[in-house]
Amino acid sequence: MGIQAHFAVDGLSLLLVLLTGFLGLMAVAASWTVIRARVGFYYFNLLLVLAGITGVFLALDLFLFYFLWELMLIPMYFLIDLWGHERRHAAAIKFFIFTQLSGLLMLLSILGLYFAHGRSTGVYTFDYPQLLGTTLSPAAARWLLLGFAAAFLVKLPAVPFHTWLPDAHTEAPTAGSIILAGLLLKTGAYGLLRFAVPLFPGAAAQFAPAAMLLGVLGILYGAVLACAQTDFKRLVAYTSVSHLGFVLLGIFAGNLLAQQGAVLQMICHGLSTGALFLLVGALDERIHTRDLRRMGGLWAVVPRMGAVALFFALASLGLPGLGNFVAEFLVLLGAFQVSAVAGVVAATGLIAATVYALWMIQQSFHGTAREAWKLADLNAREMAALLAMAAALLWLGLYPQPALDAAAPALERLERPGDFEQKLTKVTKQPQAPGCCLIPSSFTSLPSCKILPLIAALPVPAAALSLAEKISSRCEGLTIWKSGKRERRGRFSFHDFVSSKLTLLCFDCGYAALNSFAAIPPGGAR
Amino acid sequence: MFEALWLIPALPLTGFILLVAGQRWSRRAVAVIGAGSVGAAALVALGLAVRFLVAPPPGHAVSQVLWTWMNVAGLTPRISLYLDALSLTMTVVVTVVGFLIHLYSTACMAEQGEPPGEGYRRFFAYMNLFVASMLVLVLADNLLLLYLGWEGVGVCSYLLIGFWYQDPANGRAAMKAFIVTRVGDTALAVGLFLLFVHLGTLQIQEAMQRAAAQWTPGSTLAVAAAALLLGGAVGKSAQLPLQTWLPDAMAGPTPVSALIHAATMVTAGVYLVARTHVLFELAPAVQLLVAVLGAATLLFAGFSALTQWDLKRVLAYSTISQLGYMFLGLGVGAWSATMFHFVTHAVFKSLLFLAAGVVIARLHEEHNMFRMGGLRRKLPVVFWTFLAGACALTSLPPATAGFSKELILNAAWCSAGPGGPWLYGAGLAGVFLTALYTFRMVFLTFFGPPGDQTAKAFPAGSARRPLLEKAMALPLLVLAAGCLFGGLLEWPAALGGHPFFVKFMSSVFPGAAEECPLATERILSAAAVLATLLGALSAYVLFLRCPGFARALAATPAGAAVHRFWLSGWGFDGLYDRLFVRPLVWVARINQADFIDQMYQGLAQLNVGLHRLLSRTQNGRVRWYAAGLAVGAILLLMMAVFL
Repeated sequence: MGIQAHFAVDGLSLLLVLLTGFLGLMAVAASWTVIRARVGFYYFNLLLVLAGITGVFLALDLFLFYFLWELMLIPMYFLIDLWGHERRHAAAIKFFIFTQLSGLLMLLSILGLYFAHGRSTGVYTFDYPQLLGTTLSPAAARWLLLGFAAAFLVKLPAVPFHTWLPDAHTEAPTAGSIILAGLLLKTGAYGLLRFAVPLFPGAAAQFAPAAMLLGVLGILYGAVLACAQTDFKRLVAYTSVSHLGFVLLGIFAGNLLAQQGAVLQMICHGLSTGALFLLVGALDERIHTRDLRRMGGLWAVVPRMGAVALFFALASLGLPGLGNFVAEFLVLLGAFQVSAVAGVVAATGLIAATVYALWMIQQSFHGTAREAWKLADLNAREMAALLAMAAALLWLGLYPQPALDAAAPALERLERPGDFEQKLTKVTKQPQAPGCCLIPSSFTSLPSCKILPLIAALPVPAAALSLAEKISSRCEGLTIWKSGKRERRGRFSFHDFVSSKLTLLCFDCGYAALNSFAAIPPGGAR
Repeated sequence: MFEALWLIPALPLTGFILLVAGQRWSRRAVAVIGAGSVGAAALVALGLAVRFLVAPPPGHAVSQVLWTWMNVAGLTPRISLYLDALSLTMTVVVTVVGFLIHLYSTACMAEQGEPPGEGYRRFFAYMNLFVASMLVLVLADNLLLLYLGWEGVGVCSYLLIGFWYQDPANGRAAMKAFIVTRVGDTALAVGLFLLFVHLGTLQIQEAMQRAAAQWTPGSTLAVAAAALLLGGAVGKSAQLPLQTWLPDAMAGPTPVSALIHAATMVTAGVYLVARTHVLFELAPAVQLLVAVLGAATLLFAGFSALTQWDLKRVLAYSTISQLGYMFLGLGVGAWSATMFHFVTHAVFKSLLFLAAGVVIARLHEEHNMFRMGGLRRKLPVVFWTFLAGACALTSLPPATAGFSKELILNAAWCSAGPGGPWLYGAGLAGVFLTALYTFRMVFLTFFGPPGDQTAKAFPAGSARRPLLEKAMALPLLVLAAGCLFGGLLEWPAALGGHPFFVKFMSSVFPGAAEECPLATERILSAAAVLATLLGALSAYVLFLRCPGFARALAATPAGAAVHRFWLSGWGFDGLYDRLFVRPLVWVARINQADFIDQMYQGLAQLNVGLHRLLSRTQNGRVRWYAAGLAVGAILLLMMAVFL
């Protein structure tokens, strides 16, 4: 069958596993006094979710990944359904259906990839490193990508698949909300970075403009909806939609800047939103309401809670000096490099974030007291948890380099549109470079050709054109494959692939073949 | 010596951290930490200034790298400070004026609030953070760090304007200030993106050099970059069209207003334009826009100030107007003159606010000038210092500080750029307006018969005058001295002065603005003085001698309409409310339940309906089942026959 318990860790995984451990502790801290019923079963579920999430961040076997992906789901369902708030049943079912359905689409894609790889190489395996660079027709790659993307975009969540999130977050117990917002959403982003983009780089590049659009939409739509909420927890939930829009935008902007920003945003959002949920939970525990219309003026009663809420609200609106700013700035800068319009429109999300963050504080802690609440300020346990999160955010805001360095190798390995030109240059300069293998002109069967996704990913045909023409002038004969059939021989017109009529293209220049591009390290030989 | 540079922002920041962390500080300890940290920073700044003047560092600039913020794909902003004549000037003004305001606050804030002294520690924590942010902004070596200070200043203004948070009106004003400036900030952020993508760096000096090397004057990129930076500057410096937050910012305690208007916050925009002047010189169209915006704003705010009844609001509009002068100066390339006006403005505007603060506090939080009057004899120290500030604001002798405005006007007249005389004309009209509203304020507050609040606060029987605390009197006197003698640093050549300040600045702004011929300068100065005198005289006639005339004028239908229009700040608030706020609120309200969710809910409802329908059929009645079988069989047969 080719299923292995293959776990591996790199910097990206490590960061997220650390975040899982940290927020897991916070979730336990948040449950300390609140959970009174079925305590054992509660912690069983809590730990099982954390185990599933950790596994998702570590698995390198697609079947194992799917198994762990589903493993996160069921205990989370119980956490919401058994220990949640008033409308917990509906929310739990909604959460389950959305995630389950999209997960099944991913399973289909995993199977599709499994068989495609098996058929082209004869090796049937779910092993991720082997599946990388599977030869796929563009149409097949597109469909398989969509299956993966469905699961990840729902989990992320991207507009318009976000509607499970506000319900689930609002109705879950505090620890559940922390895990949902802080970790579960990150599995979607992680899946995109680890699986969707590297497995189908060409299709992902085609999908990128749409994904960036969804990201920008998410940023703005989530923020506008957050402004209108009267339930404190729901407001925070919608800010998640907005913040995760930055992650989506960053991943698909495709350059290192934006993707580093996306990774940092995953961590910082986990911390800042986790802390806000912790605060709302603490408040709810004391006054038994989350209705902002009944709060107001709480600063006078609980100044410590007010100050901490203010801090995390400012983090949420992207105040420089805190981690969220670095993340959002990198994402926006990277997105601006790719598309100025996307960068500018997404940047207006910063204004919207200001509105909802300030409105939140104005309604709860500032303003006149609408009811005479009497409540205790944060105790030492809560303060310790929140201050730890605040310290982490400050550190990431002022010296994010360790986190950036940790994530860098995983991100640098991703195929980028610009890489094609770089590699093309390298090959033209060094025809006999080790790693280039010879393909005889009499090649009849379909070679496993890595050039395909690269061509699909080409952003500026004009720039590549001159490079490619350089090759063609050296090449004696070229074979062009179109949809798996030999199209024609002879001198090759590059206009064909500029107008993207060609679906598969291989050079066999007699002495150098470009089908081993993947063997060349990114950025050329160092 | 220059290694101590990092202390300047670090000291107030330490004060902030101490105040936040220490929950049980005594009142006295809070005052010592709050004012002391800024005072220490001021001492360090003054020390550096002396060193800078005596033995300037090579290249007239020092930079100090603290650590590398991040290093991603060519983006390597550093946490590093940069000291040259420009940032030194700003630093000295921010710390010294900031310290005086802090000193004043130690006494002032002890009495204010409900209950008195409520939030003393919180107040000083915010104030220290405010000063620290402003210092980071001013000393930043790269634009991203500048942006950090820039946003920090915005947040602190939010916190301080809404300091008395229990009144929702204050909260609204605070949110407005932060959101409106954040609109500008976002433009600035996009400007940073543009600069980084096309110049490959955010280090200010390096980016300016590369811009000058790569971009031709008037090229699209240069214009776009300059326009985006201008967007940020306009927001922070409350110029048209993003000026609406400033008058409302008066909701904060008076020392906060003084700090916002004099030392921090609003001058950030002016500083940004001056700091990146190379970019603006590459984009003449945008530079002209700076001048036009400045001229329009100074007139707009001047007219609005004429009609306000709230003492602090007059000062607020006056700030907008004076910042308009600074933008005008930047727009015509009179960089040094503008920075000098910034310095003098910081001195006289903080003085005016602090003095107004005493007046308002003594009259039991009365802001209405029409209920004051006759305070000249009741509050002599305040009166004389306020008068010194008013003279500086209108550039009347014996105060010398205000002549910085003349320098800007002269530069406008003599500038080679288009529209010089027009800009000068607007500025001259502004001089008249300034004198008119300033002396209206002075006459209404301090002269004339005592108003009802004056009578209440100072009952006729009691001859005892409440003493002014030393901590409040000292800043007033120091600042008044600054108003009287500050102008001597850059006395117009027409009056036999010497341009110390311009010389000092010449390392930052090498290409000086066009020199006016001495004779022209004399005529221009005479015109300005004439306009001022005319304005002061009109104020005397209209508001002190025969106030009935002004009242009658305002009572005519046209007069009333104009009065209302100016009072409301030319209707900008209503316009923005209709254009942006209400549509956004409407969209948010109407979509509160999220229409996308409604679609999924609809799908769920549909399923529930189908389920009901189908479960109806399972009713246990044989004839229904038989009928079902029959219909099914017929359908199958029909399909077999016809398909």
